[in-house]
Amino acid sequence: MKSKTPKTSAARRQFMFDSARMVCGVGMLGLGLGLYAKQSKALPALALRPPGALPEDDFLGACIRCGLCVRDCPYNTLELAKPETPVATGTPFFNARNIPCEMCEDIPCVKACPTQALDHGLTDINKAKMGIAVLIDHETCLNFLGLRCDVCYRVCPVIDKAITLDLQPNTRTGRHAMFLPTVHSEHCTGCGKCEKSCVLEEAAIRVLPPKLAKGALGEHYRLGWEEQKKAGSSLIDESRMVDLPDRLPEGAVLPGHYDPASGQTEALRGMPGSEAGAIPSLPPGLGGKP
Amino acid sequence: MSLNAHQKRTGQEAIEEKGWLAAHKWLILRRLSQFGILALFLLGPLAGIWLVKGNLNYSYTLDLLPLTDPYVALQSLLAGHAPEKLGIIGVAIVLVFYFLVGGRVYCSWVCPVNMVTDAAGWLRDRLGIKGASSLSRQTRYWVLGMTLVGSALTGVVLWELVNPVSMLHRGLIFGLGMGWAIVLVIFLFDLFVMNRGWCGRLCPVGAFYGLLGRWSPVRVAAPARAACNDCMDCFEVCPEPQVIRPALKGEGKGVGPVILAPDCTNCGRCIDVCSKDVFAYSLRFNNPASTVPPSPAPGEAK
Repeated sequence: MKSKTPKTSAARRQFMFDSARMVCGVGMLGLGLGLYAKQSKALPALALRPPGALPEDDFLGACIRCGLCVRDCPYNTLELAKPETPVATGTPFFNARNIPCEMCEDIPCVKACPTQALDHGLTDINKAKMGIAVLIDHETCLNFLGLRCDVCYRVCPVIDKAITLDLQPNTRTGRHAMFLPTVHSEHCTGCGKCEKSCVLEEAAIRVLPPKLAKGALGEHYRLGWEEQKKAGSSLIDESRMVDLPDRLPEGAVLPGHYDPASGQTEALRGMPGSEAGAIPSLPPGLGGKP
Repeated sequence: MSLNAHQKRTGQEAIEEKGWLAAHKWLILRRLSQFGILALFLLGPLAGIWLVKGNLNYSYTLDLLPLTDPYVALQSLLAGHAPEKLGIIGVAIVLVFYFLVGGRVYCSWVCPVNMVTDAAGWLRDRLGIKGASSLSRQTRYWVLGMTLVGSALTGVVLWELVNPVSMLHRGLIFGLGMGWAIVLVIFLFDLFVMNRGWCGRLCPVGAFYGLLGRWSPVRVAAPARAACNDCMDCFEVCPEPQVIRPALKGEGKGVGPVILAPDCTNCGRCIDVCSKDVFAYSLRFNNPASTVPPSPAPGEAK
């Protein structure tokens, strides 16, 4: 259309104006799209990507929105985002509270993907990281209330690894234990079966993106006990350690406590497996002294 | 001119001369192709017969034939991600196919939005709505370039965030949601705001396929252009009327009868509506500078 160089200056001016108009218009459209692209990278916390999905930044560049993963999921877990869904249009996601991932051993969704949006290197579904379950509400979780619901623990496909029950004394009753569901992130795949089966009106345990679920130690942090295990001995010269005498209230006893001043260890009492014997019938403050 | 044109509707002459069916042959075939492809995709979700899985961005037919939209794949590549093996094979098949039959055959024979904009164009013609605003037909190439550069800059398959073509097609197969609103906007835009605005001026998908078919062998030509009676029906009905003139009126300038412009969608409507059978599908090599046949006088047109 503009193959011929405009001859007259008027035509040249017109050509320049037209081109400028086009560049401006399309540039504005591009700017809008770019900002929208930036926005679309913010995946809502409860929208989970299929197993093996690249981090969201890469996923939106690799996924071609074909829906093959959706088709090959035997449990209809996945769906493609519609224009009004707050997930990039046409990309696959699932909501664990609706239908969680059943963790198929052959991972058909990954196999169906014609791109690397779902990492084909993922062959063991137990290595998937769709998210990390977090027991998000300690106030409503029935186990935190002292009941034995345990449902999230029971349904976990990686039971006793991804979720364990952590025994804690129930200070409300003073005589019972609480079995606190505890997630271990290195084993949790984020399948969402715990969230799906939570018996509450709103799930107290939810699968969140790892970014939201996990804290991170400083790069320079070292766990002394692990370093000690690795090295086979303490990394510091313990003979030169100074342990100051502990100040305790008059007459107080701290079972199992080593007091360098006296060189004695108080008898350990009241804890399971302690040489001091049985768990006291009543905890301190509730009657008879142990 | 508009009043006169509407007293005798576009294609009326062809219907009288050739009969209704012959005057709509390619249109019917095209709709059959568009609906047929859509039906193949819908057979799975609606009837449980999984011949084809996926959508126009990527599909897998009979667990044998992968087809990948090369424009989407290119954006993804620019965003830094190459497809898997099947995805790459799919790209190759689609590239070769559309290179051979004409890039914008995608627009006129496959794309579901074409039915929407054709409907808008038809209604616009029936209602006698004349163009309000216009935009250069080159705009789409700028949009195309913007989406490619933008994909590289943002690392996102940029046009797929808003692409109405895939929204409609994917929506019909996987659930439309609010996708209908976007389609309605395009329909109204083409109807009231800009004649052939979407497909003819803005859509970068069409621009991409147009470039892909830049040297396609299969083209529409006007081998019998000497018989043209200047009824203008082909210009009226063509979604890209600018492509016709060089081929149809090129006799005196030594320009061959083949429509070489990549914007031509090979839809064949000009073949349908011409009562003189001036147009036909042809090959680009079949392009002699002069097509004056010995029998009819070239000066027949009034």
